[in-house]
Order: sequence, then C-alpha cells, then structure tokens
Amino acid sequence: MGELLRVDNLNVFYGSIHAIKNLSLYVNEGEIVTMIGANGAGKTTTMHTISGLLKSRSGSITYDSHLISKMDAYKIVTLGMAQCPEGRRVFSGLTVHENLELGAYSRKDGRAAVQQDFDMVFELLPRLKERRNQMAGTLSGGEQQMLAMGRALMSKPKMLLLDEPSMGLSPLLVKEIFRTIKRVNENGVTVLLVEQNAKMALNIADRGYVIETGNITMEGKASDLADDPKVKQAYLGGAA
Amino acid sequence: MQFLGYLISGISLGSVYALIALGYTMVYGIAKMLNFAHGDVIMVGGYMVYFTFCSRGWHPLLAVLFAMAVCTLLGITIERVAYRPLRSAPSLAVLITAIGVSFLLQNSAMLLWKSDPKSFTSIISMDPISIAGGQLSIPAETIVTIVVSVIIMIVLLWFVNKTRIGHAMKAVSEDRGAAQLMGINVNGIISLTFAIGSSLAAVAGALLLSSYPTLVPTTGAMPGIKAFVAAVFGGIGSIPGAFLGGVLLGVIENLSKAYISTQLSDAIVFLVLIIVLLVKPTGLLGKKIAVKV
Repeated sequence: MGELLRVDNLNVFYGSIHAIKNLSLYVNEGEIVTMIGANGAGKTTTMHTISGLLKSRSGSITYDSHLISKMDAYKIVTLGMAQCPEGRRVFSGLTVHENLELGAYSRKDGRAAVQQDFDMVFELLPRLKERRNQMAGTLSGGEQQMLAMGRALMSKPKMLLLDEPSMGLSPLLVKEIFRTIKRVNENGVTVLLVEQNAKMALNIADRGYVIETGNITMEGKASDLADDPKVKQAYLGGAA
Repeated sequence: MQFLGYLISGISLGSVYALIALGYTMVYGIAKMLNFAHGDVIMVGGYMVYFTFCSRGWHPLLAVLFAMAVCTLLGITIERVAYRPLRSAPSLAVLITAIGVSFLLQNSAMLLWKSDPKSFTSIISMDPISIAGGQLSIPAETIVTIVVSVIIMIVLLWFVNKTRIGHAMKAVSEDRGAAQLMGINVNGIISLTFAIGSSLAAVAGALLLSSYPTLVPTTGAMPGIKAFVAAVFGGIGSIPGAFLGGVLLGVIENLSKAYISTQLSDAIVFLVLIIVLLVKPTGLLGKKIAVKV
C-alpha cells in the first residue's frame, strides 16, 4: 500500500490569522484516516486546502505523486480526488439526477462508464433512486448528505474527502452514513474523514489525527486513540 | 385598433429590453455582479453593424454575426481585464469598476467614431405588415424583433436547463465553491456568461437601431439602464424574469407615451418599478432562496 496523500508543514492564513500551523499528515492507499477535533480547530480549513478551495502560504500537498498545493480546485478533481464538503452544499435548484450528473462533470471516460457509476450510487444509496427527479432542495438533511456523497462518488475518485458527514443527523442516520462510508472504502476508495463525532469516526478508521487550534497534537492507530485517556476526556465524553 | 398598435410596438421595444436584460441577469446570477458597462456593448454592436452593413453593404445577417463576434470578444476581454482581478474584492469596488468601464467604452467610441450622430439604416428590408384589412400597419422591424427575441429566449432556456454546460452555470450561480469541487472551471463559466450576454447585446443593438435609427456613442446608456430596471423588475438572476420584466417595461413605456405623456413616460416606468419592489422586493419572478441546514 503506497502513500496516496501527503501534507507537509502546511501553513494557512485567513488574513493575519494563522489558522493551520505546520500541519503534516499522510494517507495510505486503501485506508480510512480520520481527523478529529473541536469546532474551529482547523479541520475544514485543512480539507479545503487539500481540495484546492483555499491556498496555503507555505508547505506542500502531494497527491498520487502530483504536487497539488498550487493547483486549481477544478483540476485536482480530475486527478481522482473528490471532496464532499461540510454542510452538504448540494445544488438545490437542480434535481437529484442533475446533481449526480454534475458529479461526473470532469470525467472523460464516456457515457457507459458514467452510467455504471449511476447504478453503483443508486445501489449504495437506494433512497436517491426513489428521489432522482426531485429538486435537491426539497430533500431532507439525511438525503442531502447521501446526495452529496453520491455526487462526490460520481467523479470516480480514488480518494474521498468527507467533511462532517454526520453533522445534524439523527443517530440512526449517522449509523447509516458511517456504514456507507465503510462500504465505499471496501470498494477501494481511500477516505479522509473529518468528524466531530469522534467515537463513530475512530470506530471505522484505520488511523487518526487529533487537531487542536491548527496543530496536530496526537496521531496513531484509531483503536489506540480511542483508548487514550486524553482523547476520551476531550472527545469521547467519557471520564479518563 | 390603435391600442393594439401601441401594444405591439411596446412588446417589440420590450423585447429589446429583454435581450439586454438577459445579459444583466445572467451575469448577475453567475458572477454576482452588476455589469453597468453592458449597455455600452450594445452601442459597440450598433457601430459594428453600421460600419459593415450601412457603410459597406454587407449582408445584414453577416453584419449582425460580425457584430456578435466583436461584442463577444469585447465582453470576454472586459471580464478578463477589469473584473476577474477583483473576483474577491468587495462588490462596491466591482460596481465602480463597471461604471468606469462604461465611461471608457463611451469615450473610446467618441474618440474613434466621433460624436456626430450616424443615421442607421434598418437591417430589415421587408414591407410593413398590415392587419385587420389595412386598419393597422405594423413595421416589419417590430415583428422581427419580437420573433427573434422569443427564439433567443427559448434557446437560452433550453441551453441553461437541458445541457451539461447549462447545469454547470446553474451550479456556479448557486455555490461557486461546490461547483469547483465538481471539476467545473468557474472562470471559464463566467467568461462564457459574459460571451453570451455580450453577443445578445449586439443583436439587441442591431434591432434597437433598426427601429430607432440614431447612433451616437451614448446610444447604449439609456436602454442599458432600462434593461437593468427590467431585470430587477422581473427578478434579477431569473431568465424568464428578465424576459417578462423587459416586455412589461416596454409595454408600460409605450402605453404611457401614447396615453399619458411622452415626457413622463420614463418617470412612470420607474414609478412602476418602485411599486413592484415595495410589494415584492425580489421582483416578479425572483426566488427567495430557502437554505436548509
């Protein structure tokens, strides 16, 4: 298993605010890696910098042996990295089907291959098939999350960046979403998962990072992190 | 019968406003800016048709296509040079730049083509159409303008709602960041929007000057402002809204000229706008965007 993504000494600023400080992480092919941390720790900033929506001041991001830290977001997608952003951000004025089609916007491998992935997404997320002609804005929160994931999968990614997929969902739906993530990973997609729901995230992940005010403060095997007293205290709601 | 005549010529004038308003509304919807230089692109289109068709006798269709090509290039250049560097600047800076570009175009036209009025020959060489047994005669320009505008409107709606690029435009309009994550080149889509808007402005210029044949460097200013009003009236950002707003504006303007007062017609147009916005601030077909969390 080779290294698919490597972030080295990343520094990101919002104006004069130093949001991400010398952050480094890596993700191996086939892994689920999670980044957990509190609100405002810099999880989403890191994700947006990896996907190219934000630019770093220094440091490098290498994906599949391409240096992507200076690349435009829309070009990074064509390298096989898809991001499912925080807050879903589905296109509410388009139908479910049209949203999924846009997910495949960057692909050049022909109609038949795209159709195959439509079938794959509908099999994985059957609710989307029922609602395929409905406007995305009329879907429930959970359905929108499924659509956002399905849309990201339509680009046929090697790597999927998931930003807070469980946010605002009922416990039952959260379980369903995490099961889906696991299945996507089993189908060969490498996953970088950002979560506030640390318990669920560490449960499905191979490795994890803890991020605090723009720094990685802990890293290791997910099971080790889950057992760590400090992590338990801060993120798992349990007494040490 | 006279009323019908005023109504039809109002619809025709309104169709021209609608064509210009489409440019305003699409650019606003996708680039989130008001391109106040849009009116002056009409003027450039007008001069292009004047120099090719009126002076050199090109085939009118060829002349209009040439004007469309020049305006498309102009629109893309304006966006590239003046607006793109301000993509993340405050909207006020962009607005002031747009007004600056408008002055630049008007003054360049004055320098290049002088400020003396050119008299435009109609690009439509058909006889007036008489209806109701000759009681009413409608200039061919009026009918052609309406037909051309309706066709453009239908093609545009088809393009935006049914094609891949059209969906990409909608995506950029809704959420630029998420659109980039789909692999959509946002700058490319914005350039395309300026290209479409500017080529429609060229058509609008040719049609407008065929009915109102005085061409000066400020020709585009007033129709530009009115089309902007039409776009707001119909609900800025909405394509059918721009069309409806444009046509209604033309009809109101023409009927007030005919029945109330020529001098007051513009005032009445703006008064109607104010009333509509007081009652429905998003315009006639403007959407309130519901955000689901």
